[in-house]
Amino acid sequence: MKKGLFTVMENVSVADRVLRMTLAGDASAIVRPGQFVNVEIEGLYLRRPISVCDWDAGKLVLIYKVVGAGTQKLSRLRPGAALDLLTGLGNGFDAGASGARPLLVGGGVGVPPLFALARRLVAAGKNPVAALGFNTAREAILVDDLRALGVETHVATLDGSMGTKGLVTDLFPTLGEITYFYACGPEPMLRAVENALPTDGEMSYEERMGCGFGACMGCSCQTKHGPKRVCKDGPVFKKGEVLS
Amino acid sequence: MNTQVTLSGWTLDNPVIPASGTFGYGYEFAEWYDINILGTFSFKGTTLEARFGNPTPRIAEAPGGMLNAVGLQNPGVRAVIREELPKLKRVFHKKVIANVSGFSVDEYARTCALLDREEQVGLLEVNISCPNVHGGGMAFGSSPEMATRVTKAVKAVTAKPVYMKLSPNAADIAAVARACEEAGADGVCLINTLLGMRIDPRTRRPILANTFGGLSGPCVFPVALRMVWQVYEAVSIPIIGMGGVSTAADVLEMLLAGATAVEVGAANLKNPYACRDIIRALPAEMARYGIENLTDIIGGAHHG
Repeated sequence: MKKGLFTVMENVSVADRVLRMTLAGDASAIVRPGQFVNVEIEGLYLRRPISVCDWDAGKLVLIYKVVGAGTQKLSRLRPGAALDLLTGLGNGFDAGASGARPLLVGGGVGVPPLFALARRLVAAGKNPVAALGFNTAREAILVDDLRALGVETHVATLDGSMGTKGLVTDLFPTLGEITYFYACGPEPMLRAVENALPTDGEMSYEERMGCGFGACMGCSCQTKHGPKRVCKDGPVFKKGEVLS
Repeated sequence: MNTQVTLSGWTLDNPVIPASGTFGYGYEFAEWYDINILGTFSFKGTTLEARFGNPTPRIAEAPGGMLNAVGLQNPGVRAVIREELPKLKRVFHKKVIANVSGFSVDEYARTCALLDREEQVGLLEVNISCPNVHGGGMAFGSSPEMATRVTKAVKAVTAKPVYMKLSPNAADIAAVARACEEAGADGVCLINTLLGMRIDPRTRRPILANTFGGLSGPCVFPVALRMVWQVYEAVSIPIIGMGGVSTAADVLEMLLAGATAVEVGAANLKNPYACRDIIRALPAEMARYGIENLTDIIGGAHHG
């Protein structure tokens, strides 16, 4: 974990109410895909936790949806603006558990952390498959980027404006054999995914947070192994671990 | 320049104490900096039995602060003694403040009796903002009578200094403080959070699953300062002042109002280095106002 100043390099719209922000700064504390940063936003007290879409030592990419006051303020930042970030938060995905043909399941703005994971899986010689779900084509993100990595990518939209009409789980029967799964998205999707897939896997959860580094117990969840903190023990938990 | 202060015979290197509930059992912050620079810290509110606390969301934004409704999640006092204190000992070599909560007078006494045997515990901070399950759910800290009962029960089971942590939601916090002093408390800590709420216009429902939560952060600092002032006029035992303290200047204000030491809460969550930064800034802030010894200014704003 590190605290540091980053400079906004780019902050552009990539889908309906979804922006991609590229930041320059020391990203060395980020060690695994699925970790997040906690962003201080001028005029607000609490930091806002946002998952990391991709990073290298001197740069990181966040893809976020404008939902409330915090992300609205973020969306107005211009290149050159400075942001104070806590980086390297949370446990992240275990890329080593993937097997040869893991499935990446993303829903809406749950897709971004799967991108960095996909890049690492491909680099490790794995053959990941992606199943992405969006409300509508206007909200679709990272579809081309994943395909550009060579990831076989399937899309479902609720209104049928892109790919298969329906839920992300409707894509599963056509995907063939998978060795493991990684999922990130809204909680109802996570529950449906863990019930639909027979293989082991892991899922990234979301919660309102106080600190983001395990101190305040603001984001606790009940698990098979007792209470856990989404920010510190998670946000990634193994299939079946989190009790709803 | 001397930043030392003394609480009931326990001399701290400086008056900066992370507040209970914002610092866990210490070791999360030991990943950020060497926490031995702290005066001490107050560990997570501990009850007799383990508690999961409230459902989430437990946290909400507020103008100049935040709301929390964690609900005293903790592993229970026996697990704290068995697991957390030994783990803490590896990263923190000073004594710690044990923050105790309870839902009956008996529970407070039993929890404090167990902590009384722990040499790592420097003093007991007894949070009386919890509802009394045998008293219609009214908070112990809301009336001088109930505060008296808890204070006496705890004092009877421990030789350690007992500091009662007061709720700002009482009708007359000075009267509660006086009752604690008369019942034998060695000090008082104030203020706990102020009750508040937020509503999400999209869902048209309260943001916190618990509906209400405790407000903390810089927005409550003037309220906290006023109450420390009032309690200083009402009692002669030491006061630990807290509520929105975020800077070295805030520390001096709290001491001038009558606090002997301060606790820092919400600021730790926004900036994990908050207490380190305050401690580093303190000597320059003292020099700026010609303060040689911090103890010289305690209650200083009341004179002249």
